Amino acid sequence: MTLLSGPDSATGGEKLRTENRELTTVFIAHLTRRYRFSASHRLHSADMSADENQATYGKCNNPHGHGHNYTLEVTVSGPVDQKTGMVCNLVDLDGFVEREVLSRYHLENLNTLQEFTQLVPTTENLSIEIYEILQRGFQKAHLERVKLEETMMNSFEYTGAAEPKR
Amino acid sequence: MVYLTRKAEFSASHYYHNPDFTPEENRRIFGKCNNPNGHGHNYTLEVTVKGEVDPRSGFVVDLKQLKEVMHREVLDAMDHRFLNKEVPEFLTKIPTTENLAIAIWQRLDSKLKKAKLHRVRVYETQDLFVDFYGEGK
Repeated sequence: MTLLSGPDSATGGEKLRTENRELTTVFIAHLTRRYRFSASHRLHSADMSADENQATYGKCNNPHGHGHNYTLEVTVSGPVDQKTGMVCNLVDLDGFVEREVLSRYHLENLNTLQEFTQLVPTTENLSIEIYEILQRGFQKAHLERVKLEETMMNSFEYTGAAEPKR
Repeated sequence: MVYLTRKAEFSASHYYHNPDFTPEENRRIFGKCNNPNGHGHNYTLEVTVKGEVDPRSGFVVDLKQLKEVMHREVLDAMDHRFLNKEVPEFLTKIPTTENLAIAIWQRLDSKLKKAKLHRVRVYETQDLFVDFYGEGK
């Protein structure tokens, strides 16, 4: 990265350069936090016939619903603050996710929630909803990605318009 | 391009404290992590390198060499250490997971011969990890 100009003389030059480099280099880190919640849902589309729903969603179309233990991964990024060593304070991220996401979905029937009155509560759609909640409300760092594991076998990632970083 | 990831584990203690902050600020910002006696974690390190597959060996990188560099540069310096007191980077920087990922990147980057470092991932717990992709990336 860019170095500030400084005396290049024998002894002081290298040290000063190193210090200046530390001051001017931008260190962007990506921080990921995992959370858990449990909820029930039923996959059923009002736009499909009963047979079509059954063919599309199989057991997930059971009218009584069923539940999952979801694991949510939230990735945020930003320059590491030199005073705190942090991208953002975990207390802020945890507080926001607890207040706006976990308390909204944990131990709920997703189909009864306002956002899923029209939208089928697939884990794809739930990932997008959670991404949008964070994107709208969390200002302390840049939102990179939401990953939602429905079971140990299925997971979904949403990065908005951006290409996922590997 | 093929990406190869090698894992390692180390255990270390640390605490968070900025001497430029007042004791109240340190407690407010860092909470329990400000306890000067420190606390510990079992860290998991994932180092990802990338490169083309060598047609003769079929390798992206000599895994033995990568393992040795990780051991020498990271584990020997950090495993079973008090990071604030025993690892030079953290005499002046706060040993957060972010700064740990950056320090490990800097220790490894210049020492890897053929492979190009792509990502350093440090798990502080299974529910918290930091990725670093290099300066300015």
